[in-house]
Amino acid sequence: MSKPVVATASLAGCFGCHMSFLDIDERILTLIDLVEFNKSPIDDIKTFTKPVDIGIIEGGCCNSENVEVLREFRKHCQVLISLGECAIMGGLPAMRNAIPVRECLEEAYFHSPTIDPSEPKIMPGDEDLPIILDKVLPLHEIVKIDAFLPGCPPSADLIWKALTSLLEGKPLDLSYNLVKFD
Amino acid sequence: MSKPKARISFTVDGKKCSAAPGQTILQAAKDNGIYIPALCRWEGFKPAGACRVCTVRVGGRYMAACTQPVTDGMAVENDVPDLQDMRKALIEMLFVEGNHMCPTCEKSGNCELQALAYRFLMLVPRFPFQFPARRVEPAGKKILLEHNRCIKCLRCVRGVRTRDNKAVFGTLRRSRDKKISVDQVLASALTDKQARQAMDRCPVGSILKKEVGFAVPIGRRKYDKEPIGSDVEKARG
Ligand code: SF4
Ligand code: SF4
Repeated sequence: MSKPVVATASLAGCFGCHMSFLDIDERILTLIDLVEFNKSPIDDIKTFTKPVDIGIIEGGCCNSENVEVLREFRKHCQVLISLGECAIMGGLPAMRNAIPVRECLEEAYFHSPTIDPSEPKIMPGDEDLPIILDKVLPLHEIVKIDAFLPGCPPSADLIWKALTSLLEGKPLDLSYNLVKFD
Repeated sequence: MSKPKARISFTVDGKKCSAAPGQTILQAAKDNGIYIPALCRWEGFKPAGACRVCTVRVGGRYMAACTQPVTDGMAVENDVPDLQDMRKALIEMLFVEGNHMCPTCEKSGNCELQALAYRFLMLVPRFPFQFPARRVEPAGKKILLEHNRCIKCLRCVRGVRTRDNKAVFGTLRRSRDKKISVDQVLASALTDKQARQAMDRCPVGSILKKEVGFAVPIGRRKYDKEPIGSDVEKARG
């Protein structure tokens, strides 16, 4: 029997959730015996090459590219997991949600203290760039999500427990010390 | 006229308990080692019945355990699945109604709202996030009011006063537009100790003392290891 396939992505996140994933330490050796990785920054496979059993996404959606990748994951993955605070509730990037996008961009490109006043002020607007969304959105407000693993980042133990429970077909039995939001 | 009984008896989920006449359900349950979750309650202040997290059921009716006095023979339902789920829903509503970015919050680990979410193993709120536009308001020299995190529990309105007993906090508007207001002059007159107390009384990270924060490392904060309510339940033994 072929191994279950796992894919991961980082959208509007800081990559911290992926780092926490790697914090499973030597258990990663067991993991590569148990599963095969497909599209993921961990193995640098850029496009899906087969159907995936477990998709894991860190970060919320802040632009059109994030939404596209998320929808692609939903299409290819049987089970889709929201990993971490940003995926679950927008997180730090969502702190801009009460500020109009134009104001945010003007702050970044026109008024920030690191702008050189002698340079012309340019706000990038090339049509090849992804469009910034009005609000940073959690994943489950865009596609159906099957499981949520909170934390900033979620602990390696939580990620390990969730993955092994899924692989063994057991329900995820959470304990107090695994559910933390920071 | 018969004399009122010195003790009255009641049950919580079938467990026999006793109370002094006049005690609220919440207080009496606590004295019997039973934890009823609550957010707006602060021992010593007049109960407000604002958050409804302590809702229990008696004879098919829902009531706030923090305001309802216990009566002789009362049969209280507390730890039952539908009530627990309703409480969890209330907590989830508080999360989506404000802007709660726990990883950036000074109160994280010591926050009662977050602690209840942990106790109920909340993974994601079932309601859509509102992302309201709220701001951070300086309140005198010693404290800040972080409106993004305020749950309008009214603890500050009830319990933060100056030495000459003037209320430092009040409310503006009503219902979902309700907002806590602060008297800048009175807030400036708070001593360090009073400012610290104000911060401690706020269940969430809405009242913050300036120039401190993140003082206790992760692992040693109030709710890092044990769920909120453990102290009450331990007392039962
Ligand atoms: S007030 Fe509590 S729930 Fe809100 S962000 Fe701070 S720690 Fe989280
Ligand atoms: S500022 Fe804090 S204490 Fe006052 S109403 Fe808001 S949450 Fe409650």
